[in-house]
Amino acid sequence: MSIRVSVLIALLSVLLVLAGLWVGANVDLLPLQASTNAPVYDELFQVLFSIGTMLFLGVLGLLIYTLVRFRRSSGDLGDGAATEGNLPLEIVWTAIPAVVVLFVGLYSYNIYERMGGMVPLSDHGAMHGMAVGEENGNAKVWAGIGAAPGLSPAVSVDVTAMQFAFIFRYPESNIVSGQLHVPEGQLVQLHMQANDVIHAFWVPQFRLKQDIIPGQPTVLAFTASRPGTYPIICAELCGLYHGAMHTSIVVHGRESYEQWLTENTPPPVTA
Amino acid sequence: MANSISPHATHLQPQGWWRYFGFSIDHKVIGIQYLVTGFFFYLVGGVLAGMIRTELATPISDYLSREAYNEILTMHGTVMIFLWIVPVVNGAFGNYLVPFYVGARDMAFPRLNAVAFWMIPPAGILLIGSYFIGGAAQSGWTAYPPLSLTTPATGQVVWILSVLLLGGSSILGGINFIATILKLRRPGLKLMQLPMYCWAMLGTSILVVLSTPVLAGTLILLAFDIVAHTGFFNPVQGGNAVVYQHLFWFYSHPAVYIMVLPAFGLVSEILPVHARKPLFGYTTMVYSILAIVFLGLIVWAHHMFTSGTPPWMRLFFTIATSFIAVPTGIKFFNWLATLWGGKIALNSAMLFSCAFILNFVLGGITGVALAQVPFDIHVHDTYFVVAHFHYIVYGGTVFVIFASVYHWYPKFTGRLLNEPLGTLHFVLTFIGFNLCFGPQHWLGINGMPRRVSEYDPQFTLMNQVSSAGALLMAISTLPFLFNVIYSAFRGELAGDNPWRALTPEWLTSSPPPVENWHGPAPHVEHPYGYGMVDPA
Repeated sequence: MSIRVSVLIALLSVLLVLAGLWVGANVDLLPLQASTNAPVYDELFQVLFSIGTMLFLGVLGLLIYTLVRFRRSSGDLGDGAATEGNLPLEIVWTAIPAVVVLFVGLYSYNIYERMGGMVPLSDHGAMHGMAVGEENGNAKVWAGIGAAPGLSPAVSVDVTAMQFAFIFRYPESNIVSGQLHVPEGQLVQLHMQANDVIHAFWVPQFRLKQDIIPGQPTVLAFTASRPGTYPIICAELCGLYHGAMHTSIVVHGRESYEQWLTENTPPPVTA
Repeated sequence: MANSISPHATHLQPQGWWRYFGFSIDHKVIGIQYLVTGFFFYLVGGVLAGMIRTELATPISDYLSREAYNEILTMHGTVMIFLWIVPVVNGAFGNYLVPFYVGARDMAFPRLNAVAFWMIPPAGILLIGSYFIGGAAQSGWTAYPPLSLTTPATGQVVWILSVLLLGGSSILGGINFIATILKLRRPGLKLMQLPMYCWAMLGTSILVVLSTPVLAGTLILLAFDIVAHTGFFNPVQGGNAVVYQHLFWFYSHPAVYIMVLPAFGLVSEILPVHARKPLFGYTTMVYSILAIVFLGLIVWAHHMFTSGTPPWMRLFFTIATSFIAVPTGIKFFNWLATLWGGKIALNSAMLFSCAFILNFVLGGITGVALAQVPFDIHVHDTYFVVAHFHYIVYGGTVFVIFASVYHWYPKFTGRLLNEPLGTLHFVLTFIGFNLCFGPQHWLGINGMPRRVSEYDPQFTLMNQVSSAGALLMAISTLPFLFNVIYSAFRGELAGDNPWRALTPEWLTSSPPPVENWHGPAPHVEHPYGYGMVDPA
């Protein structure tokens, strides 16, 4: 390979890497960030988007160049070069994806840990003290992302998913609501149960999703970071009105959350 | 018997056009039967897809009833997977090509072969008929309980019966391919001299034989839950809904490779012929197929990252899934290297093959991303996943099926397909496909779940772009249909070997005689010897 070609290849590779980095940093495909997990998620997305762009543009460029440069001229009945393989080259393109994939795997493991995903699940000890498990001595509790043991949530909400609605119960104040209200900047823990079929709890702006499976009480925790109203969407096919099964989550500033609580707490029942 | 010419062979087999409608035991007739039947179901599945995209052209649920919408989305998935892609990339091309490639006169078990094919039409009729009699299944092609236990039972049970028949057909086919490739090779032909499609079919058939019985067992248990009110998967009766998911995906993830590996094999046959170069890195190609087979069996739970799987399981399945990118990457680099330095004829077969490379690389990139648990948690069960797997199964496998039809049509019929019409078909399909599925990545990331008949109005524009793409895809089948029918009668005569190819199926007449060769089977040691040996 001549020096000119080597330099050209090196130059193109650098250009490709730069293009990938630029696209990862500047093309924003994601919805608003409204939880503390969202920026962590978006960091991973950006890295994967950069690597993906480099790979895709690289293959695209190589393919188009090859098709143009090595196109058969009409009437040419000859064969191309009889190369059957090239071991060093094949080792290189086995090693590159292996290294990239290893990096991506380790990096996403790190991201997952930062999201609080690596909690021992369905472990009675780890879940000790969580409301749902206590209802029935030996019930297993499954933990979704962020449900680390030992954390004391500021707000605890019981969630019931059914065809075709989410019901939110606030055990401390006896509020029952079809809309989830949470304070900004505080750890919220959801104790989720499904009544009939599998549903899923998804808030795109939180980058948070968890299936709610009948017979499997599940805990999910998050911290909202931005006041506003965001959709809660059922993401698992649950029947005829699956597409209509959505509600919203209202993230309040601290005072407005207290106000919402006082306004909505039902008066104590007098016999 | 399959290795010697039987003097009565031509009398045992019917010769007229009607043989395609009967119980023929000629592997080539059975291959064409698979291909045409599969294409019919592709059109059916396509009409269903068109109805889904019509419903989604507006944000409200207005075109179809909710029952009909869920029935149609269930049937679309089931038809496309079990009646179009699996039977065509395995049954059609496998039956037609594998006996040629191993130098045999037919498959190892010709009658079993015919039985396997004839299980498909009744299964298809059952499935589609259920829509008109009491309603089809409504729980998606995944049929997750408890939903599949609570939706109308008739449709669900018929769906199970139909999938069991199709799975049975697939298992019989898989056994036949393994026996043919391992036991029916022409004396002296070594495994490492086989064309790559044989390796792909060997790998695929191993997956079929190992994983399909698990699906069958699972669906039988599901049927018991529905019909006999047992409680295997019903939490109310102490069953476990997640166990079903494990068992289902133990088949259904390998099913992706059952749909994709044969396509890898077919592309490996097409590229060397039209680039006039040997297939690059034959040995690494073989080992990467075997690696994909092995890894494909241990990655199923990446479909369940939001189902409350324990963290060690999430970690294991993330890593195993990511590593599939390595053997897959090797194959793609090898294909690019096969093209490099060749003398490339950019005909319809090549256009579809090269577009396959692009589409699949994009689908592979989103696949590696989806394998990462934290990434998957946001986009799982959204249109991002819909886009990803259509880039794999349509942009990947269906593009290869079209490439293969353009490549082997002269072998099937002795006539060439019309090239300008082929190019038109390619351009329409490529633009339509990317227009239809490209925007769905964005939709999923931004909050549109899958399997819905209504959505937030902020997604209207992208959904309409997607629906327009679907319309273009529907239109693109017209030049193709016209081309295959017209060319069968009026197409340019191809001669026996229009591509000057070296693989064994081209070293006989086009179309080939019953039992494949007039004389003894040729001994092909270098199926990709372009630039090394003179084409026969």
